[in-house]
Amino acid sequence: MDSKVMDTSKAKDLALENMLLVTSSPHIRSRESVQRIMLDVIIALIPATIGSVYFFGINALKLILISVASAVFFEAIIQKAFKRPVTINDFSAIITGILIAFNLPASAPWWLPIMGSAFAIIVVKQFFGGLGSNFMNPALAARAMLLTSWPTHMATFTGTRPDVVATATPLAIMKYGMSADSTASATVEAATSASSAAGAELPTLWNMFIGNIPGAIGETSVLLLLIGAAYLIIRQVIDWKIPVFYIGTTFIMLVLLGVEAEFLPYHILGGGLILGAFYMATDYASSPVTPKGRIIFAIGAGFLTALIRVKGGYPEGVSYSILLMNVATPLIEKFTRPRVFGEVKK
Amino acid sequence: MKLENLTFKGGVNVPHHKELTEKIPIEKAEEPAVVAIPLHQHTGAPCEPLVKVGDTVKIGQKIGEAQAFVSAPVHSSVSGTVKSITPMAIPTGLTVNCVVIESDGKNELHESVKPKGKLEDLSPKEIIEIIKEAGITGMGGAGFPTHVKLSPPPEKKIDTIIVNGAECEPYLTADHRLMVEEPEKIVFGLKAIMKAVGVERGIIGIEKNKPDAILALKEASKDEENIHVASLKVKYPQGDEKRLINAITGRKVPSGGLPMDVGAIVCNASTTLAIAEAILEGKPLYERVVTITGKGVKEPKNLKVKIGTSFKDVIEQCGGFNEGAPGKVIMGGPMMGISQFSIDVPVIKGSGGILVLTEEEARPEPVLPCIRCGKCLEVCPVRLQPLYISSYALKSDFGKAEKFNALDCIECGACSYICPAKRPLAESIRLAKREILAKRKAK
Repeated sequence: MDSKVMDTSKAKDLALENMLLVTSSPHIRSRESVQRIMLDVIIALIPATIGSVYFFGINALKLILISVASAVFFEAIIQKAFKRPVTINDFSAIITGILIAFNLPASAPWWLPIMGSAFAIIVVKQFFGGLGSNFMNPALAARAMLLTSWPTHMATFTGTRPDVVATATPLAIMKYGMSADSTASATVEAATSASSAAGAELPTLWNMFIGNIPGAIGETSVLLLLIGAAYLIIRQVIDWKIPVFYIGTTFIMLVLLGVEAEFLPYHILGGGLILGAFYMATDYASSPVTPKGRIIFAIGAGFLTALIRVKGGYPEGVSYSILLMNVATPLIEKFTRPRVFGEVKK
Repeated sequence: MKLENLTFKGGVNVPHHKELTEKIPIEKAEEPAVVAIPLHQHTGAPCEPLVKVGDTVKIGQKIGEAQAFVSAPVHSSVSGTVKSITPMAIPTGLTVNCVVIESDGKNELHESVKPKGKLEDLSPKEIIEIIKEAGITGMGGAGFPTHVKLSPPPEKKIDTIIVNGAECEPYLTADHRLMVEEPEKIVFGLKAIMKAVGVERGIIGIEKNKPDAILALKEASKDEENIHVASLKVKYPQGDEKRLINAITGRKVPSGGLPMDVGAIVCNASTTLAIAEAILEGKPLYERVVTITGKGVKEPKNLKVKIGTSFKDVIEQCGGFNEGAPGKVIMGGPMMGISQFSIDVPVIKGSGGILVLTEEEARPEPVLPCIRCGKCLEVCPVRLQPLYISSYALKSDFGKAEKFNALDCIECGACSYICPAKRPLAESIRLAKREILAKRKAK
């Protein structure tokens, strides 16, 4: 084509045609983003983070910082090694880091969160495809791994007062303290809890609510965790049905298993139930996407939590029950496919 | 029956951007010097030209027709001379034969364009014949011939006619302005449809973000016992006909079925008005109201444009493109509209809007892996699992996509809109649908 004879208006038209972007509809997108969702979760965890430092002191802060830094570091390193795009700016590794630290006792050694982060990020998250593809909640899987590998470190809880060296969580007191039968426990972790639980007294419910009790650093303050959870529900980041059905089922099951009424509030407020129900069971990648599936998932986790706590060898059952339901997620989704609009009943 | 604040399950709130044009009265567009009228603007058989090069034609003269039942004739929108009949690109993405007519500027009406008599004197059959002869097709975008829609098989008992005034697509205000400016004609058109189909109940459904239209139509229908106005929640895709039927009547059109399976027929507001004009004035569908809008255009407007006028002419009448290059030119709205390769395409019967997005608005965002947040399930009005259908479609596993009911997708785009990872959900499901249908055809 001879460009000299082309008049300028024609040239302009041709230029326009080369500029117009052509795609399949829709042509606009919402302002939702992965980064924003993850940022919301971090914001929601801030009150409990501050609370953990207030109640457990500077060692809690140290553990959280080490955990977050190592989680982000491992994510970047493994993605570089796998020649994948480095996605630490989606903030998801930060959340994993915070949650791992939240599951540690304040007395945990500095290297424990590093072990946890390495396992969570490298094995559970990146080996299975990264964000969205992990079949288990990475932080919970890390907790389970640490608990089996270093049970003494994981189950030696300090109180919120610095002068107390080792004490028992309310759940351990309920499990072992009443019977004072520490020899019956089968595991090292349980034995550690049990030995300190024998003869101990339960804290007041108010202290349980605000978090002034022994436990993992991020799980104790129901109040601060609920403030963050309310934010996540208002921002529509998490589905309220999962925590509500989870905690509701746990409660009903505890009643059915014969737990006395005076201990029920301790079960609900104590241990990792609130942290687990609002922040771990709601993990997108490892919980079902179908509306009915989410409810079944939550009921299943509640059922297992109560069963492990009352009948099992451990004082606490939240992490194992969520992990078990995580692996059941594909199956749950398969059987809870939503009925399509206008689908003819078969 | 409740007629306030009706809605359906699912859907998404999309900023509607209608403020650009919703208060601007409809203007007549400038007379085009040349029009290119496609012989295939509708669903169904393409028309054969009834004129040849060199013929003189008048406004409203039929210039193309097909023998098939599912088809609609086309008419000249100007008076003048046929210059050529040649394949050209049209905004639906197809290349079809177009009749290019040079206007003589006289705007002479063809003798066939005359009132068809009183509605009371017309039989249902005659009304449907008038609609067919006027070349009326669904003006909401699908372009299905209206006379076919109004001729359900006798075993389908129809009891409700719904006028679709939801106009849930962001930016578009053509139906809105018509409802405000000519509500009597829409009521008349609805009465004509009710008579043609033999139905006693007519409902006009309008989203609540158009209170002036609701008021105008309530006023215009106040003496009609059988006609009601329903206000609808503002939610996308409220204007999808199956969602509209569900909101208004509570009935669910079965998967793979048609509105007539639940006794309803839905007609878009512009289409209903075209029916009224076909009877009252004998006017075939040779012009329509188009909303020209978006940040990329200087003066957004609602223009009554002759079919066959080029997008370029229409955009120029709105002051042309804004400073900076336009990013996208879309026929229709931003959710389901079709983006254009060129602005040298003609306005057709289904062109409710020309939306110009700026380069910045059009710039695609990076696609990230799915995080399984489940928002696509929440917004899907059909209750599909877009993340799975899309993932199978992208792996070319169309059999699996079909098992996840890909064919039920209405391509509303709500899933892609909401996705925080900016995944091409609706886009890939559309691909799966096409592959599945092609496979079925091949069998």
